[in-house]
Amino acid sequence: MQLSREQLLQAFRSMVKIREFEERLHIENPKGEIPGFLHLYAGQEAVAVGLCEQLTERDYIISTHRGHGHCIAKGCDIPAMMLEIYGRADGLCNGKGGSMHIADVTKGMLGANGIVGGGQPIAVGAAIACKMRGDGSVAASFTGDGAANQGTVFEAMNLAVVLQVPKVFMFEMNGYSEHTGGSYSTGAKDPVQRIRGFGIPVFEADGFDLFSVYDAVRQALEISRNGGGPTAVYAQTTRYYGHFEGDPMLYRAPGEVERLRAENDCLQNFRRRVTEAGLLTAGDLDGIEVEIRALVDHSVVAAKAGRGHTPAELLTNVYASY
Amino acid sequence: MSIKTMREAINEALHQEMARDSRVIVLGEDVSGGAGGTSGQREAAGGVFGLTKGLLPRFGEARVIDTPISEAAIIGAANGAALAGLRPVAEIMFADFVGVCFDQILNQAAKFRYMFGPNAKAPLVIRMTMGAGMGAAAQHSQTLYPLFTAIPGIKVVTPSNAYDAKGLMIAAIRDDDPVIFLEHKMLYGESCEVPDEPYALPFGEAALVRSGDDVTIVAFARMVNFARAAADKLAAQGIHCDVIDPRTTSPLDEDMILESVRATGRLVVVDESPPRCSLAADVAAMVAERAFGYLKAPVRQVTAPHTPVPFANDLESLYIPSPEKIIQAALATMASR
Ligand SMILES: Cc1ncc(C[n+]2csc(CCOP(=O)(O)OP(=O)(O)O)c2C)c(N)n1
Ligand SMILES: [Mg+2]
Repeated sequence: MQLSREQLLQAFRSMVKIREFEERLHIENPKGEIPGFLHLYAGQEAVAVGLCEQLTERDYIISTHRGHGHCIAKGCDIPAMMLEIYGRADGLCNGKGGSMHIADVTKGMLGANGIVGGGQPIAVGAAIACKMRGDGSVAASFTGDGAANQGTVFEAMNLAVVLQVPKVFMFEMNGYSEHTGGSYSTGAKDPVQRIRGFGIPVFEADGFDLFSVYDAVRQALEISRNGGGPTAVYAQTTRYYGHFEGDPMLYRAPGEVERLRAENDCLQNFRRRVTEAGLLTAGDLDGIEVEIRALVDHSVVAAKAGRGHTPAELLTNVYASY
Repeated sequence: MSIKTMREAINEALHQEMARDSRVIVLGEDVSGGAGGTSGQREAAGGVFGLTKGLLPRFGEARVIDTPISEAAIIGAANGAALAGLRPVAEIMFADFVGVCFDQILNQAAKFRYMFGPNAKAPLVIRMTMGAGMGAAAQHSQTLYPLFTAIPGIKVVTPSNAYDAKGLMIAAIRDDDPVIFLEHKMLYGESCEVPDEPYALPFGEAALVRSGDDVTIVAFARMVNFARAAADKLAAQGIHCDVIDPRTTSPLDEDMILESVRATGRLVVVDESPPRCSLAADVAAMVAERAFGYLKAPVRQVTAPHTPVPFANDLESLYIPSPEKIIQAALATMASR
């Protein structure tokens, strides 16, 4: 698999956007201006980007409570997302959704989701629409190790097979479900085999390596875009922060995150691969980091100064016309 | 007797009932936590809000069960365990997640006794957190007790303070019917005097939180605090209120409400839920039917608006009924005639 220079730059840019966005939220959150819960995606960037870089605006994704990375990878506007997370009236969802419910339906991003397992059946429905359009588009859903045991996910997998719809199930296994190890709550010795048992072809990927994810997704899309029905990609990854911001992570061995960051960071892995192969220069990559840091910086400043709501806005958008 | 938070009081009730009755089991997501983690530390959570802390080390894995994220299976298993003679206390982390397992409540637990006869008892408790105020948005903030109250066969508990929470939790575990026990997130840190020994408070008996002759205020869960704050301010203006906390919405202590309204002639009902088919509407209808002749003014309902719970802080505080809105409603009842 050979990615063009433009594709490489674009993938890196997207991963850096997610990383910078999340690292900055980790710093900003304790200042107390952000309402609600934050579930950060740092560490998992290669998974969202490896999938979404191969989707177009005609394709759909549906996300999870840990949704910032999926949103950014699908092209949601960074300043508008930041405004949303600060609960501003000009936010991407008018400040009514917040971190756990960011969406941009115009970009095929059908929403982060506060209900674990809520999204997968919805994506099957979007895939029905894709199939009816007959334009080769697909719908994808993200599923964590914990969510993979929700009945709705099993139902969605079975329905997708029954209907032979173009649906990609992206399993992103960061090893934990809140405060519990992923292995505890999955009875199957071989969870990949469990997915195959539904009749879904599974492509396994190293979620620390963008190229590995990219390749697995490419194979899955080749099937799903061409009438072959649903597919799955199964990627091992990690999260760098707690389940939510503030989680003391008592369930994780001391030093585990630091070691993974130092030895198997998806951004560093990418950087090493492309510079050693002479595909991009360190200068190319550094330039992107500087540019994105400025973008995130300006987004935070704008979000802090964002517009509050008028009381009337409480009542809008309950129905098509209220 | 000592000062305990509502979190501590409920935790103590769970400890005491598990020690007293070996049929009591606890199950839910991360009720202990840590299983399968790399630190090797069990009980890495003790419940995401810390309500089930200390149960695993004390009572062991057979009775303190961490489950996968599978709400339908959690409540279904609690139903079956209850039918088979155990007394499960199942946790649904946020009441909103009940959408995933509603069949097990609506069609199963609620109806066993009626459909199968009195030998089929399902003595389970379903603990859920509820309520707005944390910026947790539309899928983590609903109250939902009106929905549960509407189901015959389910009992519904909505404690407003630590003392009641402990006594009602113990009563819920000892009750032979399915009980939904709703813990308002914003009350977990609130504290009061709570006896150390176990005690049960009866269902269907309201608490008269404050007494006065002018206006009856009926309020639920967190809204009881707001009603009390409003009544304090009204008292300074010479308007004295009965503040009634029903404590359980099913069964509902209709008698105390009616008795109070017959004395005051004025009723304000405060409910953090949206107005349609709310407890506010339920109480207002009951009073309209049974104490109409005593009313000196139209009943006032102070509720959330007919919208989902918004995320932004500014909108969320507009959404939640405030002491100020309760005062306005009480003054409005005083103004008519
Ligand atoms: C129906 C439902 N049950 C429980 C939760 C609480 N909850 C939120 S995230 C989560 C763990 C999800 O784990 P996983 O699917 O592995 O995703 P990750 O957090 O690792 O990204 C839980 C239990 C919820 N939001 N919705
Ligand atoms: Mg996970």
